[in-house]
Amino acid sequence: MSYKAKFKVWRGEGGEGKLEDFTVEVNEGEVVLDIIHRLQATQAPDLAVRWNCKAGKCGSCSMEINGKPRLGCMTRMSTFEEDETITVTPMRTFPVIKDLVTDVSFNYEKAREVPSFTPPDGVRPGEYRMQQVDVERSQEFRKCIECFMCNNVCHVIRDHEENKPSFSGPRFLMRIAELDMHPYDVADRQQSAQDEHGLGYCNITKCCTEVCPEHIKITDNALIPMKERVVDRKYDPIVWLGNKIFKRAK
Amino acid sequence: MTQTTPDAPVRRQRAQIKVRTLRTDRWWLAPLLTFLGLSSFLVYGVWAILDGNYYVAGAEYIAPFSSPCLAESCPEGARFLGWAPFGEWYTLPPGLLILGLPGGFRLTCYYYRKSYYRSFWLSPPACSVAEPHGKYTGETRLPLIMQNIHRYFFYFAVLIGFVLTYDAILALVHKPLGLGTWILIVNAVLILGYTFGCHSCRHITAGRLNHFSRHPLRYRAWTFVSKLNAKHQQLAWASMFSVMIADFYVRMVAHGIIAFPYA
Amino acid sequence: MEIERHEYDVVVIGAGGAGLRAAIEARQQGKRTAIVCKSLFGKAHTVMAEGGAAAAMGNVNPDDNWMVHFRDTMRGGKFLNNWRMAELHAKEAADRVWELEAWGALFDRTKDGKISQRNFGGHEYPRLAHVGDRTGLELIRTLQQRVVALQQEDYETHGDYEAYIKVFAECTITRLLKDGDRISGAFGYWRETGNLILFDAPAVVLATGGIGKSYVVTSNSWEYTGDGHALALLAGANLINMEFIQFHPTGMVWPPSVRGILVTESVRGDGGVLRNSEGERFMFKYIPEVFKDKYATTEEEGDRWYTDQANNRRPPELLPRDEVARAINAEVKAGRGSPQGGVYLDVSTRLPAEEIKKRLPSMHHQFKELADVDITAEPMQVGPTCHYIMGGVEVDADTGAAAVPGLFAAGEVSGGMHGSNRLGGNSLSDLLVFGRRAGAGAAEYVDRLPTRPKVVEELVAEARAEALEPLERAGENPYEVHHELQRTMNELVGIIRKAEEVSEALEVVEKLKERVRMVGAAGSRIYNPGWHLALDLRNMVLVSECVARAALLREESRGGHTRDDYPGMNPEWRRKLLVCSTSDGSSVKVEERVQPSMRDDLISLFDRDELSKYLTDEEMAEFDGIAKS
Repeated sequence: MSYKAKFKVWRGEGGEGKLEDFTVEVNEGEVVLDIIHRLQATQAPDLAVRWNCKAGKCGSCSMEINGKPRLGCMTRMSTFEEDETITVTPMRTFPVIKDLVTDVSFNYEKAREVPSFTPPDGVRPGEYRMQQVDVERSQEFRKCIECFMCNNVCHVIRDHEENKPSFSGPRFLMRIAELDMHPYDVADRQQSAQDEHGLGYCNITKCCTEVCPEHIKITDNALIPMKERVVDRKYDPIVWLGNKIFKRAK
Repeated sequence: MTQTTPDAPVRRQRAQIKVRTLRTDRWWLAPLLTFLGLSSFLVYGVWAILDGNYYVAGAEYIAPFSSPCLAESCPEGARFLGWAPFGEWYTLPPGLLILGLPGGFRLTCYYYRKSYYRSFWLSPPACSVAEPHGKYTGETRLPLIMQNIHRYFFYFAVLIGFVLTYDAILALVHKPLGLGTWILIVNAVLILGYTFGCHSCRHITAGRLNHFSRHPLRYRAWTFVSKLNAKHQQLAWASMFSVMIADFYVRMVAHGIIAFPYA
Repeated sequence: MEIERHEYDVVVIGAGGAGLRAAIEARQQGKRTAIVCKSLFGKAHTVMAEGGAAAAMGNVNPDDNWMVHFRDTMRGGKFLNNWRMAELHAKEAADRVWELEAWGALFDRTKDGKISQRNFGGHEYPRLAHVGDRTGLELIRTLQQRVVALQQEDYETHGDYEAYIKVFAECTITRLLKDGDRISGAFGYWRETGNLILFDAPAVVLATGGIGKSYVVTSNSWEYTGDGHALALLAGANLINMEFIQFHPTGMVWPPSVRGILVTESVRGDGGVLRNSEGERFMFKYIPEVFKDKYATTEEEGDRWYTDQANNRRPPELLPRDEVARAINAEVKAGRGSPQGGVYLDVSTRLPAEEIKKRLPSMHHQFKELADVDITAEPMQVGPTCHYIMGGVEVDADTGAAAVPGLFAAGEVSGGMHGSNRLGGNSLSDLLVFGRRAGAGAAEYVDRLPTRPKVVEELVAEARAEALEPLERAGENPYEVHHELQRTMNELVGIIRKAEEVSEALEVVEKLKERVRMVGAAGSRIYNPGWHLALDLRNMVLVSECVARAALLREESRGGHTRDDYPGMNPEWRRKLLVCSTSDGSSVKVEERVQPSMRDDLISLFDRDELSKYLTDEEMAEFDGIAKS
């Protein structure tokens, strides 16, 4: 039932570091995070890893396992061969603090730049009436556990750090979509999605969807619909004309 | 507020890992297959446009790459509804007149964009595999900002989809037992499935609304389009191959290379 | 090395539901507020809450109101609750839920567009506002986004997002500082860098959650090391009800690495049934006397209830958590458990697969990904897991103020609201109601302060030395000590307790105290988990001692405290609270305190018959007097 697995774990501080080799016991039913914890308890007490719920609900233990962004707690050891060497590295897009722990403040800064939910004046708490079909799209996006793996995998900033100031990443473009589709939100989000948050940088190559542990269809349900809404506002002459005439008629 | 912060943290950088990717699976396989698939379509398309045998009289088959045929150079029966707005002065292959519409639809399609950005431009070749380019601006400026006109191609693609359906029905009327007829029918269905599963179509039906509940009919249409949309990738490939096969088949019959009673 | 210093009006420790709600309130009252949390912002344990937030909005059943909710809460807590808290909670929960909606929360809806409410154990009517089975996530995200909204307002007016409210993420507080008897600040360290940090603040709100990490099988994350409980004790405040720990009846039992992780009660609320290895729906055997007339006695009636709640009694799977946990424990002990030591929770034969995926998406996901079990096709294996501590800091119901001036507490770290047992769904609403009250209480306290308390430098030096000690020692591995504590508590002060076992546990804890003083943490100060654990151990051991001492004293079984040697409820004990305190910072003293009687208008909400099951004859005579007048 139990066997010895070969691990390579990136260890270091502030960017400098290297892959270190470990041989460690693995028991039935364990996940990669369990193995990291075993390393902490037996071989490397100061091995840094971020984690919390261990049930795929908090999005803390994001890391890259054999080069793929994964949650450590949701990656079962049984998905690997027993003789396979498993490489564990920190998320690449964010600066590393120590070992597997990265500085994800980029995400919190971007979150702050998205204007909050803006209800119309005069609706008091308790007076909200929304139909289930009208909230379902935004509800899907609110399943997000903020593991930031979509922002980590997105090549726009992963491969081009210089784009960080002008691109908010799939997580926060999805947040904009969530608010734009909210039945009670009245803020204008389409213009800023393109101009301030860099929706145009997205070339819909869908890696965000591929890595999402909550299986949110980020690209098809949030980013592309948002792109289409931006087209309405900025690039479609007929819709633009229609809006002009309609407004005048009102 | 009095605050003292000890020396600012050292400028942090990301983990210095020199390799392009640590992925151990065959990540290069999918972009390679996509590259081969899309390339074959391009090569076939060039040949098909230059090929002059696209119409089978009697059975009323017309090769999809050349339909609708709108020039006076088209054989009488091949002309769409007998209509030929392009006079004798037009001497190039008639397929060129309309090729840009379905071509543009696929070129600006959200799924195809993903597939060729990945397989042709390697931006990125696969998830968490570094791309080879030094600079990236995505679809924020010319020429790629033009991708935003996708919905106009969609409008035309709907017309083309109906023309192909009309062609298939015409074939059904004239040769109900012909293999070609049924190939054209299957192709028309796949093309329509692909066309109506388009992300722009989803947006137009009801995606742009915030209150589905106030537009029950549009919501139902959206639900249907969303189902097709979930299969957009599969339909993109299926319809691409079906249109190639249908086109090739009709041309082979027109050339006389395929010639059996139920052809 | 220099200590980083910050000055605030209110420091909130903990960024779960209660902490964020308290911080939002303090900021809305114009106070400069710091939120200090051990994890990243938005990762708090609140995300684990699944079922919903109980609030008597009456959206699904219009008969529901605060009085029914109050009755359910008191009944669930076996009448040991602080009735004033239960009253405030029942009255204010609806407003707190509606407020979330105005901040952007998207709850599931009823047909007429209101917030949908679901059934849950111990609640007479469908009452839990929910979003699928990820309500906790919705709650934390909404509050997080509300904090961001306030920061955006501040940016508009002051040009600085953090002018009035700032989050100190991945920062742990190790000591509260006092000036005389008043709170004057808090001391801690950054997990990231190991640098030390000092908050100069007249008011501190504790919202640190629970103590589950003292147990092996727990649904709690690493953060739940009883920090707030210990900080309060060390600052001179009292803890009450520490013997009452809720073991959630349904935690995962396999695979071992996820043992203890929660399986939401909604599984049972939506039709899931418990069976033993013989296939028997055993809960019908375990309906206690006090609940006899409220629960179905046959499977047929129980099944009818899911579709017709007006004319049938609910199935016994929906008994309060303590009853279900004990029943499962008894079945396993009797040898009728599943191969991995649990019982079967089956929803696959009760609902169509599509329906299961729709109603319980995150459970489906959790079992699929963690255990490779498809809950639409096979039963789950479940067993009790340490889930929640009813006990905590003794606070004033209206303001959340603890005995120490300037100290406030809300959420799981506070005690009293839930009595001896918490109803499912009452914790999310508890966070909101008392988080707000504690935030407001702290703001008001700061307003009334004649002079601002000062940070005493000697105390800072002591706290500094204490925090750095483990790094300077080459001692025992802290993980070993932690495991021993967990094993001891799990085996000797678990669901079923005996005097000898608890006494034995106390001996072990006494020895562990010594070992905790000797643990060492090798490595640097930068993100060193061994060091962090070494510091957390002080809190876990202190709190474990409170639990064990109180458990030894209370000679009856009630709610989350079951004594094998005293199996029944004793009305004499109902009026008594056990109060823990420490004078020297390491040994715990427990005293009995009489709980004040319920206000006349509140006690009159109950039937005489029901009260007679809980109250002493003397109290009943008093009640009859009230009823007459």
